[in-house]
Amino acid sequence: MKVAVCIKQVPAKDAPLHIAESGTWIREIDIGFEMNEPDSFALEEALRLKEKHGGEVVALSMGPERAKQVIKEGLAKGADRGIHIADDKFFLLDPLGAAKSLAAALKKENFDVILTGLQSDDQGFGQTGVLLAELLGLPHATIIMQIEVQGQRLRLKRELEAGWFQWVELPLPAVLTIQSGINKVRYASLKGIMAAKKKEIAVISRESLGVAQEPTERVERIYVPQKTKKTEFIDGSPKEAAAKLLEKLRHEARVL
Amino acid sequence: MKILVITEQREGKWNPVSFETLVAAQQMAAAQPGSRVAAAVIGKGVRALADELAANQLAEVLLVEHDLLDRYTPDGFTIALSQAVAQSQPDLVLFPHTYQVRDYAPKLAASLGKGMIGDCIGYRAEKDRVVFVRQMFQGKTAADVSFAGAPPWFASFQAGAFRGDQIARGAAAAPVTKVAVDLKPEQIRTTPLELFREAKQAVDLTQAPILVAVGRGIKAPENIPMAEKLAKLLGGELAASRPICDEGWLPMDRQIGSSGQTVAPKLYLALGISGAIQHVVGMKGSRTIVAINKDKNAPIFEVADYGIVGDIFELIPALTELLEKK
Repeated sequence: MKVAVCIKQVPAKDAPLHIAESGTWIREIDIGFEMNEPDSFALEEALRLKEKHGGEVVALSMGPERAKQVIKEGLAKGADRGIHIADDKFFLLDPLGAAKSLAAALKKENFDVILTGLQSDDQGFGQTGVLLAELLGLPHATIIMQIEVQGQRLRLKRELEAGWFQWVELPLPAVLTIQSGINKVRYASLKGIMAAKKKEIAVISRESLGVAQEPTERVERIYVPQKTKKTEFIDGSPKEAAAKLLEKLRHEARVL
Repeated sequence: MKILVITEQREGKWNPVSFETLVAAQQMAAAQPGSRVAAAVIGKGVRALADELAANQLAEVLLVEHDLLDRYTPDGFTIALSQAVAQSQPDLVLFPHTYQVRDYAPKLAASLGKGMIGDCIGYRAEKDRVVFVRQMFQGKTAADVSFAGAPPWFASFQAGAFRGDQIARGAAAAPVTKVAVDLKPEQIRTTPLELFREAKQAVDLTQAPILVAVGRGIKAPENIPMAEKLAKLLGGELAASRPICDEGWLPMDRQIGSSGQTVAPKLYLALGISGAIQHVVGMKGSRTIVAINKDKNAPIFEVADYGIVGDIFELIPALTELLEKK
């Protein structure tokens, strides 16, 4: 089974974000980056598919030079090779443009399964997997909590809202978006990290994929959201703050 | 502007976010003279739902019916709705941002060569265009996004972005128009099987007057009992954000958010929860929200009535001690 997993590098969860002068992206200096958490579940699922059914896992990421780091992480955990679609201005792409670029790279090989995370923790468009399926002419299913391979078909447990689930079946090849929490993500072993150094990362410039297209939508500006609620901040030592809070909950909000 | 709202129902029951999206469409149309709002109902045997919808202030209700639309499939819905769009020629197609919409709406838009702005929390009508507002970076920033290129444009609104009870009723019933759906079994590649719930819900958090919810900030499963003790002392139940349940530190039925339960207790105490949107949609209707988080920029403070920037491992014991003294 030949599996591709699309992973994105995003600002670290605790990174202090400042808006860049352009007003359309964040300042990238002085912040750490990490693998988009939902994608780490997709990577883990890809590795498990290979362990169960044999084959190959290819880790694909689009972004600037730094994005190579998440591919290396994938290789260290057990992916066989990587593809880096190099683009310093990836954040200017609309969801369709980003998916078209990924699809152009994926189309060159015949993958049985293409996995993505549910959404990215930076832009959060949450469309990539579904768009890849449409662009590649493949069936898809999203928010997957379990994968069973049955010959040339997949049986999949989808999460719906409010505690509901559904089993669906579809033929291979297919695109799946993986729900966070589907598995326990492994750590890279020292041996894996060493082995990764010898694994190949093919670099393709996004321009060379020839998918220049007019964007369908444009992020005009990003900004710190205006508060819809007035938050009363309570300060003081932990003891003082706790006492003040209980006082307010009892006599001001009257909920205790 | 011609707006088409795609409503959502399952087994004859409305997804209520449909009405919130209709309200968004009605408000948008009211601000732009010459606008009209149509709504589509999709499924099998949904005529009664279409008639029910027609009581609202709408130019038209589109009935998108077919035997193969009985159960949702991305292929079936995409093909049928692209035919509905071709028939009604809207400028803007709006969806409630549900799990189902996430599954097919980007595909529908892309099949027509168009883009979709998903998960919007609002919009701004400007002279001759609409700017959509959505969140980025897990709610730490907002973004103004606009469409480029020719219509139709596709957008979805997040649950709770508009109030469904503000829907305008029509003076007379809107006409219901049938869309001739051309759909063949071989076009549908997915086979939908049974719907089910995992375990029966052991706790019904929606009934708890007070909830103490923990997030990543709780750090380790051995720290859960101190939050549980605080919940007991307050006369409430313990809840959690998704990562905590994903880790298995608390069962899934304690999860608040889009994939868990939606609650509106009189007091919601968020401990070490950053406030990712998937969590906030499940609790922002709470009467009083208290957030304790060490990061003063955590988005949870956007919805909090009271906030303490501090260490939950100092504040939980402090609160516990005071409540025990009482």
